[in-house]
Amino acid sequence: MPVKSQVERGPTQRSVEIGVAVCTAAFALIVLGGSIQVGVGWGAEGPKAGFFPFYVALLILASSIINLGGALSGPRSNRLFAEWGHLGQVISLLVPTAFYVALIPWIGIYVASAMLIAVFMKWLGDYGWGMVAAISIGVPLVTFVIFERWFLVPLPKGPIEEYLGF
Amino acid sequence: MEEIGNLFHGFAVVIQPFNLLVMLVGILLGVIIGVLPGLGGANGVAILLPLTFSMSPTSAIIMLSCIYWGALFGGAITSVLFNIPGEPWSVATTFDGHPMARQGRAGEALTAAFTSSFVGALFAVILITLLAPLVAKFALQFGPPEKFGVYFLAFCSFVGMSKEPAFKTVGSMMIGFALAAVGLDTVTGQLRLTFGFTELLNGFDFLIAVIGLFGIGEILLTIEEGLAFKGGSAGINPAVVFKTWRELPQYWLTSLRSCVIGCWMGISPAGATPASFMSYGIAKRVSRHGDRFGLGEIEGVVAPETAAHAAGTSALLPMLSLGVPGSPTAAVLLGGLLIWGLQPGPLLFVEQKEFVWGLIASMYLGNIVGLLVVLTCVPLFAAILRIPFSIIGPIILVFCAIGAYSVHNSTFDVVLMLVFGLVGYVLKKCNYPLAPLVLAIVLGDKAEEAFRQSLLSSQGSLGIFFSNGLIASIMALSFIALFWPMIQNAFVIFRRRPAL
Repeated sequence: MPVKSQVERGPTQRSVEIGVAVCTAAFALIVLGGSIQVGVGWGAEGPKAGFFPFYVALLILASSIINLGGALSGPRSNRLFAEWGHLGQVISLLVPTAFYVALIPWIGIYVASAMLIAVFMKWLGDYGWGMVAAISIGVPLVTFVIFERWFLVPLPKGPIEEYLGF
Repeated sequence: MEEIGNLFHGFAVVIQPFNLLVMLVGILLGVIIGVLPGLGGANGVAILLPLTFSMSPTSAIIMLSCIYWGALFGGAITSVLFNIPGEPWSVATTFDGHPMARQGRAGEALTAAFTSSFVGALFAVILITLLAPLVAKFALQFGPPEKFGVYFLAFCSFVGMSKEPAFKTVGSMMIGFALAAVGLDTVTGQLRLTFGFTELLNGFDFLIAVIGLFGIGEILLTIEEGLAFKGGSAGINPAVVFKTWRELPQYWLTSLRSCVIGCWMGISPAGATPASFMSYGIAKRVSRHGDRFGLGEIEGVVAPETAAHAAGTSALLPMLSLGVPGSPTAAVLLGGLLIWGLQPGPLLFVEQKEFVWGLIASMYLGNIVGLLVVLTCVPLFAAILRIPFSIIGPIILVFCAIGAYSVHNSTFDVVLMLVFGLVGYVLKKCNYPLAPLVLAIVLGDKAEEAFRQSLLSSQGSLGIFFSNGLIASIMALSFIALFWPMIQNAFVIFRRRPAL
């Protein structure tokens, strides 16, 4: 734990813990609702489909409430969940990855992967274009050979692969 | 002595050239996975599982289990050289391993770590060879209540033994059970918890959860902590290796103790990480040089590495003989068995002799090959770690995405993986353990089925879980495991009270 200074800011651990407990409680309520929909009692073939998830959801709800209580009643420390600067790093990784995941169904995994690697190398690493091109094109090519040719595992392909005849 | 014959038959299977090749590839991939941040035993095996779909189950399990051994070995390299534990179970190895590296004794520390890993694994494999068939034979008589009892025991020990707050463990485990319940109910054939989304018809696959929670979540943690890899050089040569080997036998007691701790923690699902910490802690307390621990004591490398590897290996014992995995990686291997069409559990020993004994034989051979590979290739693996994160990070992300996609050929699974990753990152930062969540997704359906079948035969009375001596003692053990921290506290208070 680094020494605290005034400059460090960010969400506190306490507030995030409270948020997580509320989210798990909400999840429990969704599962409760779903279980009641299909029946939680005793049917013709024994316990109905919702029987087991119903009690599981009750346990999630109970532990969420206890965890929420723990977070609320604990000492009001200023311990940070993470600094904004560090969270920014996390988001700068998440955003390109989210685009990557969204693009896979449209342009295939190979082209999308090449783009992801190129973006990271250029943006976070600031490499020259030659290096960026070599790695971002090389890795998907090697992957293609390993998966499609050696192990016969088909991966999603897009218009470019179609144009090339795969 | 039937087992010895079976074991030799297993060796005959393993030394087929193709299986030997698969073993070597597995070990190499495993070490790389163990060295890279964000890729660990569990998600590494999960990502590479699709590669095995076209192999025979025996070759497939040899490859996957060798990836696991490799990952166990690989974790030590980063801990010693870079002070970065590649795996959670090698955190304790950094305490003395890295100081040794800074003093220029990296070769010694690495040799000690690898050799202890090997000793721990060997001990655990011998234990598996001797015990697993007996346990399996015994478990063949289990009915639904006993089966549920075994699952219950596994989950109770998780709650009682985890260092995280008990209700966070319960919460994360139950979320796993709820996710496992989504989709088709296996008993009634009814759809549940899908809320009309067709994507949820097949439920949540635990492989996606493993890749997301452990893979993506770990990368997010890595980038938040802003890792900069800088570390000592990996000077390892035969002279150092033999010198260290001559030194190691004097720590035989530490080794033996760590083996026992490791096997115990591996079979009960506490896992390799607590085993390594516990073993380090006890060695520090007992050793004559205890006060020098943390400054570069070779015994401080031997203790955690032996225990971690013993635990990692023995976690396969309950997986093979009972169908209850002792660790997330064992859970992924169990998932593999299901995909290859094998039914995990005691019947494996009767119906799939070649598979089981091939696997056990490959554990012996795989660890020997692993030891040789890591001893000779350390500089190569250390070089991989020097690749900057801006290159290796996106490549790991790409492999996670490929792994997630190829489980069911579904792009929706890739989206799910990312969601699991984000959830895993937040949960981990809030001290929720992720292993019970994954185990609950794997075992959820089976546990539920056993529970409902038991209730059906007892007409809804919970009394069936105490109806005979065997199940009653399993349940009693479970409750002891569940309330273990409280029992321990009560014991301490009781001892402190002055005698009247």
